[in-house]
Amino acid sequence: MVAETPTRAPARFTDRLTYLAVSLFGDVSARVIILLGVLLAGLLIAPWVINDYLLTVLIVVLYFAFTGQAWNIMMGFAGQLSLGHAIYAGLGGYIAAALFTRFGVAPWLGFLAVIPVAAACGATIGFLAFRFRVAGVYFAILTIAFAEFARIGFDHFDFVNASAGLFLPVSQYAHNDLWHLRGNPTMFYYVILTAVAFVFVLCRGLLKSRVGYCWLAIREDEQAARAVGIDSFRYKMAAVMISAVTTSFAGVFYAFFYNNLFPEQVFNISRSIEMILGPIIGGIGTLFGPILGAFVLTGLAEALNSALVALGFDLPGAKQVFYGVCLLLVVVVLPDGVWPWLARLIGVEERRR
Amino acid sequence: MSALLSLQGVSKRFRGLVAVDGVTFDVAAGELFAIIGPNGAGKTTLFNMIAGTIAPDSGSIKFTGEGIGGMPPDAICRRGIGRTFQIVRPFPALTVEDNVVVGALLHNRNVGSARARAGELLRRLDLFDQRRRIAGTLTLPDRKRLEVARALATEPKLLLLDEVMAGLRPTESDRMVAILRTLNRDGGLTIVLIEHVMRAVMALASNILVLDHGIAIAQGRPKAIVRDPAVVQSYLGAEPV
Repeated sequence: MVAETPTRAPARFTDRLTYLAVSLFGDVSARVIILLGVLLAGLLIAPWVINDYLLTVLIVVLYFAFTGQAWNIMMGFAGQLSLGHAIYAGLGGYIAAALFTRFGVAPWLGFLAVIPVAAACGATIGFLAFRFRVAGVYFAILTIAFAEFARIGFDHFDFVNASAGLFLPVSQYAHNDLWHLRGNPTMFYYVILTAVAFVFVLCRGLLKSRVGYCWLAIREDEQAARAVGIDSFRYKMAAVMISAVTTSFAGVFYAFFYNNLFPEQVFNISRSIEMILGPIIGGIGTLFGPILGAFVLTGLAEALNSALVALGFDLPGAKQVFYGVCLLLVVVVLPDGVWPWLARLIGVEERRR
Repeated sequence: MSALLSLQGVSKRFRGLVAVDGVTFDVAAGELFAIIGPNGAGKTTLFNMIAGTIAPDSGSIKFTGEGIGGMPPDAICRRGIGRTFQIVRPFPALTVEDNVVVGALLHNRNVGSARARAGELLRRLDLFDQRRRIAGTLTLPDRKRLEVARALATEPKLLLLDEVMAGLRPTESDRMVAILRTLNRDGGLTIVLIEHVMRAVMALASNILVLDHGIAIAQGRPKAIVRDPAVVQSYLGAEPV
């Protein structure tokens, strides 16, 4: 059963809420709702069922689901390849952590300070690229360059302890302090789960709105998009800025979860690559792809790691080799990603637009 | 009556080659205007300048009295000029319906009403039954009609059609002629088309401009044009003396 999307927005507030709900989920098939419900329920009860190690793995999975979803806004929707997304996560982490350690500002307020900085950073990169027609591979190189500037810059930025690294105070917490993001893994787990759910709904809303259609048109054929009146510069700028701000939240989470930040690590190109592997493997431009990709990649990588440890092997870099093999397999066997294939298999195909 | 579209001495050169050389013509509102000429005559270049894909080197292009020469293509579309491409370029991974929805979103802020508008246009262009298909999988004639539907969705005052009949079978091109004539007569849409299929041109056009090597060599009613010695010479070569 597929309900029709209403044609006009009603005036009353409650009606508006219903309208919003219907336009967001009205055309979702029952199968998808069941699938989503089961997935969400499973994730909600997970902390009571699994051990601490698995919980940490799940946090990492959700972290990559979140960043993958955020990156997908730019690449999957608007067709702009960024290979430097570490810069937004890094900025988010550093700003929120510095405000916390120096001035005791809570990370949620810190994130409010992060938003304009991440947006401005995205806007700068976007403006330089789109204004001067730097596209495709050259755009990707530009994004790498900015992440590298940030890495080198922060390496010499004494306010945040430069290359010595920025540390957040750690102690055993008697109770969880959600406001200051100090507490045990279960709290972090629910924070990132909420964030993933939020960004999933956000992406779906964007994709089904006017801006989403314009992004897809630009991704498919920018010249044809402009010929139907789409100001591609404006929409690409919007994509970069939304993606940047979203990614920066992941950075805030990362800083408070790991409690340490080193420029050499957080701005490293490996961080950017890790973010994009999930959506590539799961399926670029789809809503479930980034989530599925994160589960497949991180899940299998951790399983491999445990298996190797259990067998008594100590192979540093095995994870990277594994990522490489996964990427190779997907590119050769399922170039659209695992999700479109799986969705066809279980009959819950997303309408690819 | 003032012209809807007016070109004055429009020129474009690509390095040494003068692709369009001082072309001047007017298109009145409600007209069905054809541009013909041998391959490489500069027809598509002329179109690209009107649609804003490339900027003219000199001359003026006025649409509803406003100079639009050198404006970006999206700004020109928003002013009311829709176009199709000679080599069709629908959004390949989107569905047929969504292709048209993208166009309709220009004047419908709301996706729901854009979809309703897209539905009407798809019916009109015999594509409604295929609306759920992925555009990239359509046959060429269907993709051509899809481009027309997408351009129409932007609610243009002037529609530029670049060889929409090329590659169509006679029955298909007759269908297209009928659709275009209806749009022009009933919808009051002004159409400028580049066309090689003379059958279609003769059936449709009220006015024809002939380009050869970038120069406008003749303009007038279809009947007069086919008897114009300059036109015959450009197509068939000069008669031996």
